[in-house]
Amino acid sequence: MLAVAGAHFTWNLADDFRQLFEFPFMVNAFRAGTIVAVVAGAIGWFMVLRRQAFAGHTLALVGFPGAAGAIWLGVSATWGFFGFCVGAALLIAWLRPERGEGYSEESSGIGVVQAFALACGFLFVSLYRGFLNGINALLFGSFLGVTNGQVLVLLIVGGAALTALAAVGRPLLFTSIDPDVAAARGVRVRALSVLFLVLLGLTVAEVSQITGTLLVFALLVMPPATAQLLTARPGVSVAITVVIGLLVTWLGLAVAYFTPYPIGFFVTSFAFAGYVGAAALRRGGRRRVIA
Amino acid sequence: MTNALVTGTAIAVATGLVGYFMVLRSQVFTGDALSHVSVTGALAALALGVDARLGLFAATIAVGVGIGVLGLRGRADDVVIGSVFAWVLGLGVLFLSLYTTSRSAGNGAGGVSVLFGSILAVSGARARVAVAIAAVIAACVLLIARPLLFASVDEAVAEARGVQVRALGVAFLALVGAVAAEATQIVGALLLLGLLAAPAGAALRLTARPYRALWVSVALAVASVWGGLGLNSLAPRLPPSFAIIAVASAFYALTFLALPRRRGSKASM
Repeated sequence: MLAVAGAHFTWNLADDFRQLFEFPFMVNAFRAGTIVAVVAGAIGWFMVLRRQAFAGHTLALVGFPGAAGAIWLGVSATWGFFGFCVGAALLIAWLRPERGEGYSEESSGIGVVQAFALACGFLFVSLYRGFLNGINALLFGSFLGVTNGQVLVLLIVGGAALTALAAVGRPLLFTSIDPDVAAARGVRVRALSVLFLVLLGLTVAEVSQITGTLLVFALLVMPPATAQLLTARPGVSVAITVVIGLLVTWLGLAVAYFTPYPIGFFVTSFAFAGYVGAAALRRGGRRRVIA
Repeated sequence: MTNALVTGTAIAVATGLVGYFMVLRSQVFTGDALSHVSVTGALAALALGVDARLGLFAATIAVGVGIGVLGLRGRADDVVIGSVFAWVLGLGVLFLSLYTTSRSAGNGAGGVSVLFGSILAVSGARARVAVAIAAVIAACVLLIARPLLFASVDEAVAEARGVQVRALGVAFLALVGAVAAEATQIVGALLLLGLLAAPAGAALRLTARPYRALWVSVALAVASVWGGLGLNSLAPRLPPSFAIIAVASAFYALTFLALPRRRGSKASM
């Protein structure tokens, strides 16, 4: 990606590190990547546990039409953006059937929400006649070109999301694993499920504005999926998730720096390799137990 | 315009048929994944310099079959789908960078038509190919409709009665892949999910009888395309892809006004 900068990989690792942090944009990329990896890992862990990857992906996309609509109307992008995210999260939560009823109603509802939101985004962009390139940035994005201000925004959003998650962590874990028993014990299952979707929506959409949907979604799904394959203990699993997220992000950034190819490709490939490795390990382990 | 209408109708029939089974089998997320995979396929074809449609079909059908084979009983877990398709999108960004660096021009237009479709730009020859492929997909769906319905509604009993549940699941996902590649040409990769999910979701809410729901789904999909094209000719500033998805979403939303929302059990909360 940055072969322009005259970066050469050498086997002198100290020199490589010096090269990596030579430019301020690279320092910001590492800062942004670190924040995103930690926050996405923690929220994604619950998302994977609750089997809501589809909702997560949809929410990662709805920030774009919101922001595009606001720009077209000439109001601050933040308004459109929060409006669409919270609106979509509430809509998905409302569509989510209570247990027993089939899953199909929820999933077709999410699909319609996603397609309609993106269609609105396309409408706003074509009415506004501009920034079509923003669409590629939204989909694929990268950590490059992140400004100091955006790092601050990411830090605040991430901190708020982690605080909120820590506050509801225990009951949320309970309802995610066994909603029936949780409800019987007086946990407010429905309220928690709405709250979690809104939290997921706000965080994911804000982050995807800065880094693109691809990186957020990859870090949201793959590290938790890998960690949950490796261990069944919640605390350890969250820790593994964050470690995997940080490793693939840092490694992806570093490798992309020394090659002409984009970060998104490396981060997703490393994370996917980890996931496949964990799945193979687990399958092998299970076979040995049976034998 | 005639080309757009004919192609749009043919593709709508195919998406209505496939969409019904997709929603019935709760595989909308798979449809979402395959729609994004088509971006990668098209970008790969552009990077390699071959016809974009070749890349579209190859990528979506291959990933559809792959997801079906990896998943249990021809259905995949949503975490598996999410991981696979995040990685395929990662490949897409690689092809995008290969493409934009190999063609010196910063060509964003090709990418945008893949993402949001261009039904009005469908020419005579392309229209004929698209109609033929849509007809094949529709015929395949109708051919396996009965056993597929059985397998979707009650997998265990179907398997006990000798239905090849797993093979059907994989074949169906290949069809979803093919239809995703088809629909990418008219409404684009990002919006085709609406054409798959909204008419079928509405049909399933309107009637519980399988074959009636199947035809309602087809009718709503065709009506969405016609309605969208009509809206576009009345108000040319509305992009046709947007208009089609807006009409389809409106049908889905209307079923919530027409019918009270079904609830599982009210007692528990």
